[in-house]
Amino acid sequence: MKPPPFEYIKPSSIDEALVHLAEHGYDAKPLAGGQSLIPMMNFRLAQPAVLVDLNNIPELSFIRRDEQGGLSIGAMTRHYMVEHDLLVAERAPLVSEAMPHIATTQIRSRGTFGGSIAHADPSAELVAISVALDGRFQLRGQAGTREIDARDFFLGMFTTQVEPEELLVEIALPPMPPRTGWALKEISRRPHDFALVGVAALVTLNGRDQIEAARIVLFSVGDGPVIAEKAGDLLQDQPATQDLFRAAAEIAGTEDVDPSSDIHASSAYRRQLVKVLTRQALETALDRARESVN
Amino acid sequence: MSDHYQLSITVNDTQYQREVDPRLLLSDFLRHELGLTGTHIGCEHGVCGACTVLYDGLPIRSCLMFAVQADGHHILTVESLGNPENLHVIQQAFWDAHGLQCGFCTPGILMTLVPFLENNPHPDEDQIRHAISGNLCRCTGYQHIVDAVKLAAEYMHS
Repeated sequence: MKPPPFEYIKPSSIDEALVHLAEHGYDAKPLAGGQSLIPMMNFRLAQPAVLVDLNNIPELSFIRRDEQGGLSIGAMTRHYMVEHDLLVAERAPLVSEAMPHIATTQIRSRGTFGGSIAHADPSAELVAISVALDGRFQLRGQAGTREIDARDFFLGMFTTQVEPEELLVEIALPPMPPRTGWALKEISRRPHDFALVGVAALVTLNGRDQIEAARIVLFSVGDGPVIAEKAGDLLQDQPATQDLFRAAAEIAGTEDVDPSSDIHASSAYRRQLVKVLTRQALETALDRARESVN
Repeated sequence: MSDHYQLSITVNDTQYQREVDPRLLLSDFLRHELGLTGTHIGCEHGVCGACTVLYDGLPIRSCLMFAVQADGHHILTVESLGNPENLHVIQQAFWDAHGLQCGFCTPGILMTLVPFLENNPHPDEDQIRHAISGNLCRCTGYQHIVDAVKLAAEYMHS
């Protein structure tokens, strides 16, 4: 229950961090908030030879508006800052709704927005939400900067497009389309515990009060975030009715996911949760889309 | 391969200089290097909350941070609250409302509550239960802890 020895490096800029990551390659791990990495080291599930601590790089911590009506969040912005930020509440309310579900107050004091995404835990809210909101991630290496869409970023459990010599530096969240409602629903056995199943949903209405588009992203049901495409297709260009939502939720739970069984929940139970939570999320998102003024 | 690092840290308003191995957890540093054994170690993976301390005023898990990372920062532990002759108001409320049995979880709960009650001087029961949901107690069933927090809020107003 004690972490193995490692070499500790504390850079004060992104460029300096990248030098060390390039030098040590796969032997090094960036240390963000440490709320997943340090427990893994305490268990000796992770034994990096070098830790590059990102906690003294102020340029990685910010919440900024962009000109298109969205916002961008620095990778080292801590959860508690995002949780209470008014710009986030205004421009990415789905993120604000998710924050209290992320672990505990004590973890949110320390854990970071980018750290959660780069860790790519399939049960992480921010992983699913960044996909639901069509987020774009900026990765920086010594060779330059590249941008990747959230939906292409996650390769599998704890695996992403980030190369060992790269850093996730910024998350851009575009504005939601007009008349869009949002919802996040999840079930866990204890408050703040990992979700057994979670759903992030967006519903956009057209001028005739029909569903123009619906996006349903499920978490804790696979190796990464799962877009419920068949359910989303069923909803498109349809009048929003309870029967339709029930049918879409049924498809989400039967055709869009293939969850595994583990000590926490059976596959059948997870499918049932997908159906129930998807219907609830769609209903909440619809209500909010109808309330939205723009 | 792991060299020692010079660490300058302020704990309970006292400044300390120590040389530490980078892998030393903040929780172990507080207990073994400084002898501040009020910070308890339960699970060492961020679940139980027993090791909660204030880091620049925010409640954190001291088992999920390396001591070397706290260089230049301010830590408050349960020793900063009161002593047996002169209990902190939250400690007095826990005493009066029987908010503890074995007491192992209590330091972490107290340190969680200090900023919570500052920010929420009139908490309702839901808010209290939410606030302590990151701290496990295996004795009390939480009921008397909730009572103690309500009492602490009352004491703070009188």
